[in-house]
Amino acid sequence: MSIPGIRDRKIEDVGLQAGVDRLTEDQIQKTIKKVLKGETGAKLKLYAETCMRCGLCAEGCHYYMSHDKDPSYAPVSKVRQTMWEILRHNGKVSPEFIYGCAQIAYTECNMCKRCAHYCPLGIDIGYIISVVRRICHKLGVVPLYIQDTAHSHSATMNQMWVKDDEWPDALQWQEDEARDEIPNLRIPLEVEGADIFYSVIGPEPKFRTQLIYQAAVLMNETGQSWTMPATPGWDNSDMAMYTGDYEVMGRIKRAHFDTAMRLKVKRIVMGECGHAFRSIYDMGNRWLGWKMHPVRVMHAIEFYHELLEKGQLKIAKTFDTPVTLHDPCNIIRGRGLMDQAREVVKAFCPNFVEMTPNREHNYCCCAGGGVINCGPPFKNVRVEGNKVKAEQLIRTGVPVVIAPCHNCHGGLEDIIHAYKTGQELKFLIDIIYECMEKPDAVE
Amino acid sequence: MRLASSWDWEPGQRVVLESTKCSEEHEWQEEFYASPDGERLACVVRLSDFESGVWVNGEVWESRFDRVWYPRFGPDNRLTVLAQAEMDWTVATEDAAWEDSYTYVWGTRFSEDGAHVAVSVQQDGAYGMIVDGKIWDTLYENANNFTLSPDGSRSAAAVQAIPMGQAEVAKFKAGVFTVAVDGQAWDKIVMNAWTPVFSKDARKVAAQIRLTHFDYAIAVDGGLWPDTYQMVWEPVFNPANGQLAAPVKAGGAWGVAIDGLMAWKPRFFQCWQPVFSRNGQRLAAIVAPEYGEFTVAIDGQPWSWTYPVIDQVVLSDDGSCAAARAKDNDEKWTIIKDGKPWERTYDMVFSPAISPDGAFAAAKVEKKGQHRIAVNGHELETVFDQAWDPVFNPEGDKILVRGLSQGKFLRAVVPVEQYRY
Repeated sequence: MSIPGIRDRKIEDVGLQAGVDRLTEDQIQKTIKKVLKGETGAKLKLYAETCMRCGLCAEGCHYYMSHDKDPSYAPVSKVRQTMWEILRHNGKVSPEFIYGCAQIAYTECNMCKRCAHYCPLGIDIGYIISVVRRICHKLGVVPLYIQDTAHSHSATMNQMWVKDDEWPDALQWQEDEARDEIPNLRIPLEVEGADIFYSVIGPEPKFRTQLIYQAAVLMNETGQSWTMPATPGWDNSDMAMYTGDYEVMGRIKRAHFDTAMRLKVKRIVMGECGHAFRSIYDMGNRWLGWKMHPVRVMHAIEFYHELLEKGQLKIAKTFDTPVTLHDPCNIIRGRGLMDQAREVVKAFCPNFVEMTPNREHNYCCCAGGGVINCGPPFKNVRVEGNKVKAEQLIRTGVPVVIAPCHNCHGGLEDIIHAYKTGQELKFLIDIIYECMEKPDAVE
Repeated sequence: MRLASSWDWEPGQRVVLESTKCSEEHEWQEEFYASPDGERLACVVRLSDFESGVWVNGEVWESRFDRVWYPRFGPDNRLTVLAQAEMDWTVATEDAAWEDSYTYVWGTRFSEDGAHVAVSVQQDGAYGMIVDGKIWDTLYENANNFTLSPDGSRSAAAVQAIPMGQAEVAKFKAGVFTVAVDGQAWDKIVMNAWTPVFSKDARKVAAQIRLTHFDYAIAVDGGLWPDTYQMVWEPVFNPANGQLAAPVKAGGAWGVAIDGLMAWKPRFFQCWQPVFSRNGQRLAAIVAPEYGEFTVAIDGQPWSWTYPVIDQVVLSDDGSCAAARAKDNDEKWTIIKDGKPWERTYDMVFSPAISPDGAFAAAKVEKKGQHRIAVNGHELETVFDQAWDPVFNPEGDKILVRGLSQGKFLRAVVPVEQYRY
């Protein structure tokens, strides 16, 4: 059995191929039954029985819209090609079929949940795809690059194989750098009882250290009681969540929350990352048994908004270049921060232009859901799969795009380059850092 | 705190020193740390743009460094810091630096009596541990989850024993990690190893192991328990008889296995932070009998009172009493002792302490930014700008209170009998 649609666009991936090479149909059926019986329940059954295959979800998907409305990219079609077939055959499917399932689930769906807004029954197709991923993980059929990242998480508790010493060393380096600008600046390490644990994702100490620098300036110049840990647990990202390795997801999240509880902080403020927010606000915490997060979690947007509201963050100058805002799925559809994001942007950027559609209807960056982490083999499909986003960006006619999410940066950088939109990408903190009052800065 | 028997336990309060003296003398002052006995106060100070020092009770160490961090008092009240000079790092205890320096050191650990000091080390890109200035003979590609035995005689870590390139997924699955004890790696190489832990007598080492993406196990001295599990959490040795207990997940639920045999039937949604009483008679852990409802279970029996969050269980010496931190749905913290929460809640409750006989639980509590010490739910009178965790005397009838108030470092010994339930 193979899947129409995916059959015609199979992409070679070492991880997927090595995984299916070991499989037999009996093994597959046994694993699928185990996952469906042990880990799913009424939710999946309800979705399976209520989906009318009406196709109204189709226009919710950027892959479908970007591929000239090829029906095989419609969310319902992706589910039909994967989970519905699995259910129809009671798990008795071929290794080749599993390859197709994995390619669809890991690389043709960002689990952005936009389609759920178009479904008349509110079916959460992102959830169904996550079950497909869980099955693929259990079968050992995972794209090479994202599997490597999940391995990094398991071995180091961070996404980028950052070793234990490299983390505090990077913070001390950034502290030294920042002191040239703000002589009294500190990045306080391991301060028990601080109000805030500022947490970041793996790439920041590795190649986006300017974000740590800027956050440290923000914390210092707005007078926050804050700390960062010197131990593993600092990274809030989680690609294991997207490979379907929930055991490692839980381990990483426990390390993160244990760190916050060890430091006795009152809240975790995290940098501008969407998937990491999903992992600590929704997925990982709940998988571990907490209904909510054991330590209050705030995305950077909420934090900036709070600082502005309290008058702690003061604006020295405005950023006058016209800007637009990309709404990251996990913090807008997932958390509803659309108004706060706009209030922060408008406070600094008088020439703000909305892209259309926006807010909860915004198109995904096509990097999220772990898709960009599946690496080079799937890059072209990913970029082609977001022509609709490029068109959105071009229509705004502005030179600067603000995207308060790391994955979105990765995805948008690729399409800005591929579709030659000529735009510059910024994090919100880039603009805040540039425009905020810094009372302790030296000339 | 058996070491505490030699401390001053005379009831009463005294000013140890004027803590404002430090900021008066030094423009750059970092966080204060108090010694366990409450007799000394220390912090890192910056002496010039390129020179840092260690301030202790009004005096600055003679040793000067480019950078100093992680000042920590050991259980024996000696102060240890991590210090950088001329780009390399070393460890200094009581103004005496170790002879050798290293590319990077971090993660100071003390033996129970404070006599031995260990740190994690990276030397020219290789990883391991240093104990009392002696570095492991063998260093590794990577190492983490460092630990020191209670008596300080042995050290261990999870180590990457086999080099691996980028995206070598198959190699990782075949196994590149293991546990190294005193620098010597186990023969058994596995996919992942976490939280190695020593037995009380330092003879045995156990760790969490992941054998495949789906099979978790517990290893002791390089050998595996016979069963594998859906997942495991941190193992802990019984200090009295050397038995090993670990939370394990089987059939979709969590229980506790002891020496490879299921001791607490898997029936919990979650189970972690296992801890034995000092006499080894009782085993406690944090459990979730239902989704979202956490409590403490002792010998497998959960308390009836549940909270959304429970953390840091402490047991009396014989295990007959227990206390833990608990947080409610309004983000307020309290202490739950022997199944019953204190009446008052706080913005934060810090690490709980329990008296050896279990009659009293105490903790530093925070409300509106101010600290106090609470015993069995009663707040002591003194309000601090900053306090440290309370310590019981070996008899369990007094607590030592340490804190900063109005520019003074105070030390108080408070009898607690009046707070008995």
